Amino acid sequence: MIKEQKITKPTTLSPKLVRDLREKIIEFVLFLAAFSAVATTVAIMYVLLAESVLFFQEVSPLEFLTSTKWTPLFAEKNYGILPLVSGTLVTSGVALLVAIPMGTITAMYLSEFAPSRLREIIKPCLELLAAIPTVVYGYFALLFVTPFLQKIIPGLPGFNMLGAGLVMGLMIIPFISSISEDAMRSVPVGLREGSYAMGATRLQTAWRVVFPSAISGISSAYILGASRAVGETMIVAIAAGLQPKLTWNPLDEAATITAYIVQVSLGDLPHHSIEYQTIFAAGLTLVLMTLVLNIIGHFLAKRYREIY
Amino acid sequence: MSDNLKEIRTNIKRRQLINKIFAIIALLTIFVALIILLGLTLQLIIQGAPRLSVEFLTSFPSRKPEQAGILSAWVGTSLVMLVTALAAVPLGVAAGIYLEEYARKNWIADIIEINVTNLAGVPSIVYGLLALGLFVYQFKLGESIQTAGLTLALLILPIVIVTTREAIRAIPNSLREAAYALGATKWQTIWDHVLPSAFGTILTGIIVGLSRAIGETAPVITIGALTFIAFLPDSPFNAEFPFIPFTSNFPWINFEQLFAWLRAPFTLMPIQMFNWVSRPNPEFQLNAAAAGTVLLIMTLMMNGIAIYLRFLFRRGVKW
Repeated sequence: MIKEQKITKPTTLSPKLVRDLREKIIEFVLFLAAFSAVATTVAIMYVLLAESVLFFQEVSPLEFLTSTKWTPLFAEKNYGILPLVSGTLVTSGVALLVAIPMGTITAMYLSEFAPSRLREIIKPCLELLAAIPTVVYGYFALLFVTPFLQKIIPGLPGFNMLGAGLVMGLMIIPFISSISEDAMRSVPVGLREGSYAMGATRLQTAWRVVFPSAISGISSAYILGASRAVGETMIVAIAAGLQPKLTWNPLDEAATITAYIVQVSLGDLPHHSIEYQTIFAAGLTLVLMTLVLNIIGHFLAKRYREIY
Repeated sequence: MSDNLKEIRTNIKRRQLINKIFAIIALLTIFVALIILLGLTLQLIIQGAPRLSVEFLTSFPSRKPEQAGILSAWVGTSLVMLVTALAAVPLGVAAGIYLEEYARKNWIADIIEINVTNLAGVPSIVYGLLALGLFVYQFKLGESIQTAGLTLALLILPIVIVTTREAIRAIPNSLREAAYALGATKWQTIWDHVLPSAFGTILTGIIVGLSRAIGETAPVITIGALTFIAFLPDSPFNAEFPFIPFTSNFPWINFEQLFAWLRAPFTLMPIQMFNWVSRPNPEFQLNAAAAGTVLLIMTLMMNGIAIYLRFLFRRGVKW
């Protein structure tokens, strides 16, 4: 009955055609939304490269990579990225020295030792660690951690990479622990049972069986944590100082790539000036550094997934 | 023989002791990290508490630290979050639906997927550079609320996409097959059945994404957000009834007035805090602590809601 009614309805387009057309249009709109991810990546690369090309017309890439001074905002201009890179590497290094051991131990405990109810409590608490705004972490580093460090290490300057790095390490722990824990938990139970059957304790099993089996997932966690540290901005901009300085001493103050971009953005620079272009060249360096880390990280994570 | 047995026993005891010691050390490590954080947070709240008052929330920033407040900051944050949510939620959910329900296994889908993963790893300040080059100078959107909102929307897009995909993936196929069996089209199945069932998890992801955006400082500094704003964006509504700004001729609503706030300069909670932290006057640092406390309460509340929702929906639905 219903079908007959539908057919007798005077329509210019068959309902099926309208329906199919609507489905196609919806699918296309959804595709465009998904494609926005690609568009964003392309836009990022376009903006960074376009401004960097202008920058490298003024400054030779050789000077950019080898000069040991970065003073684009001074009268005597030097464009060597090395001081900013050294600042970035030192702060990230300090952060990883804190985050890798603590993150690994946390992951190992949560995956191999903790009763499930305790895990349900600890995991959300760790997530909150990652949820705190980085500007608040910067405040901690500058006004609580650095004064505390100054009591232990006399002569420590008010801005230093050590305090910033330590606090950044605290921030990265949850990233490292959650990815490492996932990697350890996906090690087949059979491997653990084999180890227990041989009389190994939980700790021995965790260290000698689970950890090596999950090593590529865990190292991917370390590398993604490193990429996070390299790109972190507010903590270092607040607590590590804004002086570009080629130094490997964490007790020193030095600017990172990200801190330099913040410093320039706080001022008011004309659009087409070379100072304006420097932040894009610095940004490009930063993106390339994190991109290499991310690619290695994902490659490792993928490899380990294929084993089991 | 008994000598050997003794040796084995002491060996087992020793190994079990080491095992116990490690468990204790690991638990201590976790607690030390959490306690350091708790201590720092408490210190922040204690420093900021004397400044927290109704006046602090209802005053503009000022050169006199004791009179300064965060009115323009929290209004700016709310408006920017509104733009961010309006942009990121439809885009992210639609992208998630496409990747999970429509995408065929081909190179285009692979490229999109690689890009989403990669965007999640791009440092936030790079989004600021993108916005500066594209939104501010190419599209001429200005250093305004709309630019900031769109920038943060791009930043949280990967989070929204990934949670949407996870939520949709968790819906069993039998639900879809039931809808198809009744003659529903693909979109009807998704819109009427898959999305409502996945709603809870998606909502959690959106809240987590917004709580991330609320604390982001670097990308918004890069687009040149002013840090001293002693005014609010013009209200889109009239003070008297009927509030909505009607005009006498076509299109009868004054859209210019209705959307003027999108183009207004602004400041945000984290930017206001950063401004105060970097001043040498310790009085201002007390203000920073108070602003930090408010910011922390906002983020933790959003995360708390998200954690609770996840708990709720995980308990409620058993497929």
